[in-house]
Amino acid sequence: MVNYSDKIREISKRLLKDCKVDMIIGFRKGSVPMMNEPHFARTAEDVDELVWDSNCGINLANYLTDRKEKIGVAAKGCDSRNIVTHILENKIKREQLTIIGVPCKGMIDKRKIAGLVEGEVLEVTEDEEQINVKSSGGKKSFKKTEVLQENCAVCIHRNPVVYDEMVAEPVPEQTDVDRYEDVRKIEEMDPEQRWAYFDDLFKECIRCYACRNACPLCYCPTCFVDEAKPQWVGKSQDPIDIRTFHFLRAYHCAGRCTDCGACQRACPVGINMRMLTKKLEKDCKDLYNWEAGLTLDSRPPLDFYRPDDPEDFIK
Amino acid sequence: MGVEPGRLQFSWISSAESTKFVDVVTKVTEAVKTLGPNQRFVKKEAKVA
Repeated sequence: MVNYSDKIREISKRLLKDCKVDMIIGFRKGSVPMMNEPHFARTAEDVDELVWDSNCGINLANYLTDRKEKIGVAAKGCDSRNIVTHILENKIKREQLTIIGVPCKGMIDKRKIAGLVEGEVLEVTEDEEQINVKSSGGKKSFKKTEVLQENCAVCIHRNPVVYDEMVAEPVPEQTDVDRYEDVRKIEEMDPEQRWAYFDDLFKECIRCYACRNACPLCYCPTCFVDEAKPQWVGKSQDPIDIRTFHFLRAYHCAGRCTDCGACQRACPVGINMRMLTKKLEKDCKDLYNWEAGLTLDSRPPLDFYRPDDPEDFIK
Repeated sequence: MGVEPGRLQFSWISSAESTKFVDVVTKVTEAVKTLGPNQRFVKKEAKVA
């Protein structure tokens, strides 16, 4: 993944020069380590700032919503699936996009790394399989597979599903991962335990809505939590209001979520709200054999009726 | 999320099926009554000094 940057810049410069696109959406270095930020490149000079490494966990599909111009966008597996979802939901047109496919071996978990080193993280570099961290307490190296984001560790769609150009050969997909071990554990709990589990999960939530803002699916002009007439959910820090927010937001993502992990990554207090979206993802797989964003040719299960839709829950 | 399964019910009832509607509502009401007052998703009133 180290040499992707040059290739992305080369493709981007060509696309801009040929006026194929008005801008390129990619990543540039952030002001602190492990915090690459989205970058909108409109000129050749802008393009020089584009980078790609293991800190590009933000989902770039989030920046395509309702755009009118022609856009080149760098897309790893999950980004591409969310782009497909965006196209299906009429938030962008396929013709507007030139998708620069980036095969991905996972993004690293900045929180995990910060927890493994002493002091403040000063610099993070990487070679193919190794992450080297320089912190105020010294230097440490990790195998990349040990510090992956949780969603990347169980990812089974690392390669882009739609693209116009690829920056490299596809990487092998992971086939021996158990995606839903954690979800099954919760499914086995009784209602008491489950209530307690989610109480604990959300107890740190400050309702900053960073998860919602980072999520490419959350593009409603007015989110249900911001609405005042009618007010659907209390705006307080009451545990019930917090739970209602997370619960409903997750449901809005049913059949659409690609488990890109943007929500968890954006959370300032490290809540794993993916435990809700993953359950819905699992249900969609089990009930409708559906994985979001894999194809432009079929409608998502929740906006399409099939006579054989399961209905055992209807009494 | 920890809501008792007995409190949740899905039914498909046509506008012409009035007796089925009454049946279902009666059964669900009874089932929920046996579970007792709901403790989940209930906001406690703020304590006023």
